[in-house]
Parts: sequence; structure tokens; C-alpha cells
Amino acid sequence: MAELVKKSSVEIVTKPEGLEGQGFFATRVDSVMGLARANSLWPLPFATSCCGIEFMATMASHYDLARFGMERLSFSPRQADLLMVMGTIAKKMGPTLRQVYEQMAEPRWVISVGACACSGGIFDTYSVLQGIDRIIPVDVYVPGCPPNPEQIIDGILKIQELAKHESSRRRYSPEYKALLNSYGIE
Amino acid sequence: MEEFLSKVHAVLNEKFPGEVLSAELVYDFPVVTVKPNHSHAILQFLKEDASFNFHFLTDLTGVQTADEKELGVIYHLHNLPANIRIRIKTFFSITKPEIKSVTDLWPAANWMERETYDFFGVKFQGHPNLKRILNVDEMDIFPLRKEYPLEDQTRDDKSDKMFGR
Ligand code: SF4
Repeated sequence: MAELVKKSSVEIVTKPEGLEGQGFFATRVDSVMGLARANSLWPLPFATSCCGIEFMATMASHYDLARFGMERLSFSPRQADLLMVMGTIAKKMGPTLRQVYEQMAEPRWVISVGACACSGGIFDTYSVLQGIDRIIPVDVYVPGCPPNPEQIIDGILKIQELAKHESSRRRYSPEYKALLNSYGIE
Repeated sequence: MEEFLSKVHAVLNEKFPGEVLSAELVYDFPVVTVKPNHSHAILQFLKEDASFNFHFLTDLTGVQTADEKELGVIYHLHNLPANIRIRIKTFFSITKPEIKSVTDLWPAANWMERETYDFFGVKFQGHPNLKRILNVDEMDIFPLRKEYPLEDQTRDDKSDKMFGR
């Protein structure tokens, strides 16, 4: 039995820095919340084209995004923490994307998957938005056309790192407010 | 097909003298080019005449000629019972891109004319709701006209020689 436990590859998150004694453990609320948030992100998939297919592979059993605490996709922006933009965003779609972002509650993160979402990609043309960071702030960019699921997972892990180490009151910080203001978001 | 084409040509010439510019077979497809002023009447005739009966509008689209001086509107008509198709072309100056709308003949033309307006700036007179349909409303160009560049003009990171700007 003891051997079996030893062999298991299941990892449990390491505990944050803190004071430990017999029967108590004291740490910052921030770090505990960060841990909880990072490992239970609810992503909202905004998949518009080919990169969306890679995302489907990422979600499916082989790559299994659920391993990272993303068992449940949220198709309502109001309940989502992470906006995953995957695919070409036409200029006409821009206001919709922005509205989805505005409807998300804080804390919220945005991952931009694929060349199209990051920069317009191969579609340097009048009808395509040249990168979603023109209308909403982006936390992590995943390059590639399309990026393969490993890359998407890598991006997600980066988001988790952000979630872990960000102050739980990030939304009140002047930098964050200034960032949103620069996009015209209140 | 040739017989049919010469019939169309003869009948149109008789009904609308001087309006038909050319009638030819392109890959076995009858194509008739007409002057723009009476294109509506010609289309109406083709639709309502019992022997032609082109009552179905398959497609309507715009085009700009290679010399960039003219715009065109192309109509694809279909007679479903006899399974005969015909293509009607009409060209007019780009400085005065106006033509009569055919929405009164085929309600299906509504969105297609809006699309043609959206991309080529053809003003369809008599259209009930002529506004952009596919592009953003704020757009102030007609993107498929050759005078406007294809690329997005708001990028500043592609100005080096590699991208040929
Ligand atoms: S980056 Fe490539 S794969 Fe992804 S949406 Fe754009 S064209 Fe498709």
C-alpha cells in the first residue's frame, strides 16, 4: 500500500509561503485565493475559426484541459474568469468580443490564441481586426497558425501563474484602472 | 445553346432596339451585355415573358473593369422548369454608379444589392434599405474597388521592405 502511494504521479499543489506550527498554518489570503483561482479557472471559449479546432483537441480526452482545473467551460461571460479568443476576429465581430469581455466579472484574464487573434495573422485585410489587443487587454499571447494543443496548454499554465501571483485586489490598482481606461472600458 | 442565344438576341433587339451590346456563349453559357439605362425593363421582360420565364434570380454581383473606369452589375437568371440559365451584364461609369434596383422584381435581390453596394458602391435606385450588410457600418471605403488597397491601413509594423509596403 505504501508503495502504491509512492508510485502515484498525482501532484498536489505546493502550499504557499507561510508560518507553520503544530495545528496551525498562517499565510496571506492573497496566496490562498490565488491558488484556488488558478486551479479552478472557468474559461469562456470564443472560437471563431481554425484555431478553435485546436482548442477542441485541447479540451478533448487526449490533451484534457480538465487536468488543470478547467473541467467546466463557461458559456456565460458572467461566470467566466478566462476569455480564450481563438481564431480570426473580423472587424464586425469586434464590438461583440468587447461586449463579452465587458460582461465578465473581475478577476478576468484573456488569452489570445493564434496569429489571427494576436495580430491579424495572414489576414492583413480591410475586414479583419489586426489583433484583439486593439479592443481588449490581453494577458497571454500564444503564437502559431495554428498553435498545437501543447502550446495552448503552455499559455494556460502562464495564465495560471498570473492568477496565482496577482493581488486579489488587482482590480483596484491604479495601473489596472489606467489599462482599462486606455481601452475605454470603465 | 446557340439557337437559344440567337433567339434571345433577336427578341431583345426587337423589343429594345440598340440596348443589347453583345450576346455570346461563354463556356456554353449565354451571356448578354446590355446598356444600363433600360436594364430593369430588360430584366423585367425576361422574367415576365412566358417563353423565357426567367423567374429565378440566382445571383447578383458587382465587378470593376480592368481599366478601373467602369463598374458592372451581373445578373444570373434561371428558368427552373426548362432548366435554362442566362447571364445579363451591364456596365456604367464609376463616376456615376447608379442603376435601377430589381428588388421589385425579385425580393431576393435585396441583400445581394446591399452587398454590391457595400463592396463596390453601386447605388441601386429604388432599393428600400440600401446600407452596408457585411462590413462594419463605420467603413468609409468600398473595399473591392481597385483604388482602395486590400491591406488594413492601420498597421504600422509592416512598413519595412520585407512586406513590400
Ligand atoms: S492563426 Fe491560423 S489557424 Fe489560427 S485562426 Fe488564424 S488562420 Fe486559422
